[in-house]
Amino acid sequence: MRPGVWLAGAAVLAFLLLFLVLPVGRVFITAFLDADGGFTLGHIGTFFDQGLMRESFFNSLYVAVMSALWAALIAVPLAYFTVRFDFRGALLIQTLGVLPLIMPPFVGAVALQLIFGRSGSINLLLGEHLGFTLPIMEGLNGVVFVAAIHYFPFILMNLTVALRNIDGAMEEAALNLGCKGWRLFWRVIFPLAAPGFVAGASLVFVKVFDDLGTPLVMGQTNLLAPQAYLRITQVGLEDPLGYVISVIMIVFSIAAMALSARALKGRDYATLQKGGASIQRRRLTPAAAVAAYAWIGLVLLLVLSPHVGVLLLSFAQVWSYSPLPDALTLAHYATVFQDSTGMIQNTLLYCGLAAGLDVVLGVTIAYLMLRTTLPARQWLDWIATASLAVPGIVLAIGYLRLYKGMVIPGTELLFTGTWVMIMLAYAVRRLPYALRSCVAALQQVHVSLEEAAESVGATQLRTIRRVVVPLMAGGILAGFVTSFITAAVELSATILLTSAESQAPMSYGIYLYMQSVAGRGPGAALGVLAIVVVAVGTYISHRVVERTGQRFAAQAPVGVTVGGKA
Amino acid sequence: MQYRPFFRAPSLALMMVATAWLASASHAGTVTVVTSFPKELTQAYKSAFEKANPTIKVEILNKNTVQGIAYVRELPVGQRPDVFWASAPDAFEVLAGQNLLDNVADLANRAVPAKVGNYPINNPKGLYLGQALAGYGLMWNTRYMAANKLPVPAQWADLTKREYFGHVAMSSPSRSGTTHLTVETVLQGEGWDKGWSQMLQIAGNCAAITERSFGVPDGVNNGQFGIGLVIDFFGLAGKYSGFPVEFAYPNVTAVVPANIGLVVGGKNAAEAKKFIAYTVSAEGQELLLDPKISRLPILPPEAMKGKVPAGYPNAFEIAKRAKVSFDSDLSESRYNVVSAMFDQTITFRLKELQAATQAIHAAEAALAKKPNAGAAGLVKQARDLAFSPVVGAGMAGNKDFLAVFTANKKDAAVNKQVTGLEDSWNRHAQANYQRARQLAEQALAAAR
Repeated sequence: MRPGVWLAGAAVLAFLLLFLVLPVGRVFITAFLDADGGFTLGHIGTFFDQGLMRESFFNSLYVAVMSALWAALIAVPLAYFTVRFDFRGALLIQTLGVLPLIMPPFVGAVALQLIFGRSGSINLLLGEHLGFTLPIMEGLNGVVFVAAIHYFPFILMNLTVALRNIDGAMEEAALNLGCKGWRLFWRVIFPLAAPGFVAGASLVFVKVFDDLGTPLVMGQTNLLAPQAYLRITQVGLEDPLGYVISVIMIVFSIAAMALSARALKGRDYATLQKGGASIQRRRLTPAAAVAAYAWIGLVLLLVLSPHVGVLLLSFAQVWSYSPLPDALTLAHYATVFQDSTGMIQNTLLYCGLAAGLDVVLGVTIAYLMLRTTLPARQWLDWIATASLAVPGIVLAIGYLRLYKGMVIPGTELLFTGTWVMIMLAYAVRRLPYALRSCVAALQQVHVSLEEAAESVGATQLRTIRRVVVPLMAGGILAGFVTSFITAAVELSATILLTSAESQAPMSYGIYLYMQSVAGRGPGAALGVLAIVVVAVGTYISHRVVERTGQRFAAQAPVGVTVGGKA
Repeated sequence: MQYRPFFRAPSLALMMVATAWLASASHAGTVTVVTSFPKELTQAYKSAFEKANPTIKVEILNKNTVQGIAYVRELPVGQRPDVFWASAPDAFEVLAGQNLLDNVADLANRAVPAKVGNYPINNPKGLYLGQALAGYGLMWNTRYMAANKLPVPAQWADLTKREYFGHVAMSSPSRSGTTHLTVETVLQGEGWDKGWSQMLQIAGNCAAITERSFGVPDGVNNGQFGIGLVIDFFGLAGKYSGFPVEFAYPNVTAVVPANIGLVVGGKNAAEAKKFIAYTVSAEGQELLLDPKISRLPILPPEAMKGKVPAGYPNAFEIAKRAKVSFDSDLSESRYNVVSAMFDQTITFRLKELQAATQAIHAAEAALAKKPNAGAAGLVKQARDLAFSPVVGAGMAGNKDFLAVFTANKKDAAVNKQVTGLEDSWNRHAQANYQRARQLAEQALAAAR
């Protein structure tokens, strides 16, 4: 092996150690420390003694499983119809399908309450005209409802890529043998796309299992993530049980992901020829087309309702106990443009850098994993992926503790006082998304292309630069976009790491506005701007991916992917 | 070497460090303020203070109280923010307990009275100053009340009534310092056992126990809840911002100050002192009267030079009228017990408590139409089960018992003891609520 490989591996490992493993370890140690600093398992024991904790665990499990199921019900038809059929507006639908992911925290929950809540538009109208109301946002099922709407894009994006990569010959063969409709879908297409589906569904499961904001806003405390949060953030009280819960959540999430990876292991999903472009997309019969459009329209209406709510709220003067706002105004946008344009720039800067860092790391890890024999290279992937399960607040406290007092050389500035901390936290938290995209992209580049390049005298570095990276371009861009858009709405680590308002990103600004009566409008307006900025970015990169995809139709993947192992 | 991806990282890092340095090179006289207060308020003070002192810049850092404390504590001396500014007095007690606050007694405004009601406005040890006054009360959405044909409540006790079931909201004392004060005020005003019973009945009528204290006024403003237990400025600011809401102080209320303090180990103590003095000066106090802010000044209205609008609440009058003279030592001595009891028996068991309360209401409604002695006995039993605190007044006054809750929870043995107690409360409450519900349902069946 060349020294460059060792160097690259060491650099990635150093990054992961410094900004993920050590800070998180620094916090987690608290779960195993006695008052005198000695080791104890007593805190772990207390966890299992409590009836409430057992109940919370099973509640979390229930919510995560149900959310994954409902998310699949939303995502599978969207993906199937837009990829395998001649469908007008497929690109638009896929772009809109990503929008729920970029719902800024607080805003989404507030908007959903305004529409589906107990005094939301729907229930007010139902109550007035039909005399009954629906408890959509109540209880654990309310959490499932919101989580499914929020996280189904993970399945949609993965499945889209997986479907596109199925060998068209398989479908043609099935059709020739008289297999049609549901049977074709269930027996041939869905099984071939299973890796993408499982990758997406396991992401949904883990995200929901760890999700804090949704249950808290909906008043559901008896789940693991809220229990951990409530204990870590109680005034003036250091409660080790909060950290114990975090440790247990991490271990469980990693186990869930490992299990899903195992489920796919040992089967071969590869088909020789890749790319849906190789066969003609099928046409729907007129009746089926009407049904499909109606269903997709309904689903889109549902999943975009929070966005409609935010939009209305951002223009609303007063919106209280009525299906629609009393009057509309532009004043909130004026406030935002006057006060907070700096925050938009900050978001673009931090998230851009973080996503850039993520794809650099993602490509490096993917290459080391798939193309070298570096010992323990799989560990880089596992460590990076584990950050999915680390709560933002734990990572942030870890940074503050580990880098306490460290000054940037040559200045008197604290390392923790600069925005670099925020950017690094974003990069670490969103690395798994970019990594999955890069791995999937590299898996689809045939190694013979590199061998060809090296056999005509190109060095390894030159091969990577001129052959591998260009062929991975679609996947890299997809990873960049996913990291970028999800970082743009990160809040939990942001709040703790922001050390000056002038350095604050948009998510912090939205949070800040949403803390006061007069700030709801401007908060929603800033939320709308965040959505627009990110959505435009996503759309543009989709277009770029489509075009790159056409150029490398046979070799490179098309579309956005998260966790796809297609 | 042309292997770009690997080499981009260090140059990126270099660039970032350089820009970070440029971006955050702070002004010589910058006062950094950590606060939980909303942007309208902090922006008003920042602008006014910077105008009055052109050489000093104010940098506001908004964090909720808990994260604010963590932030100050995790930073080394010399790098900390200068000023801590928040509502909950207990947050300042925590900071003072860790020696993070400097004495600011000499910055106090001499025109400020020593006490509001019975409560000292400035910390007697001089570690923090009162900056605005706040009372606690009820806010309600007039549209919601009209649509659901609900009468306007005046006292806490009103909220225990049947007609308010599912229309009330409050936060939890472990989440919100102001809610802790409200709960403690009720406990002190009514006595431990009666106070808890009232609290449990109100909570049984609650649609939600919100995680953030702002969740309550927000929900009332948008009509999600009918009535909320809130700190006064939440209600007043909603009203003056045009929302269809009203606010009233019940008789059992306490008026306590929101505070401001100087952090030990900040960068610009001299400028920070000027800022603190400004916030408590007559000029600074006037800013509180802005409709969007709507807080009560620490200066009596006569000292405000006629700037107070007609009909604006007078904190000193409310304090005089209030039945409770708030005992902060008592509150502090049982702080964690009250929080833990509330969470274990109310927040985490809300579903069961609601079900029991609803069943009791239904049985009582049936009994009111058609009296039945046997059923009435069952309902009384149900009430006793559902609405009695898990810890009685005797136990709550026991020093050894309270000591368990102030001991260091990092000690595994202590933690085991505390969580063991919490677990038994939780199970006890769950069983009681279920039993109460069964009894009430039996009573309902008998009364039919």
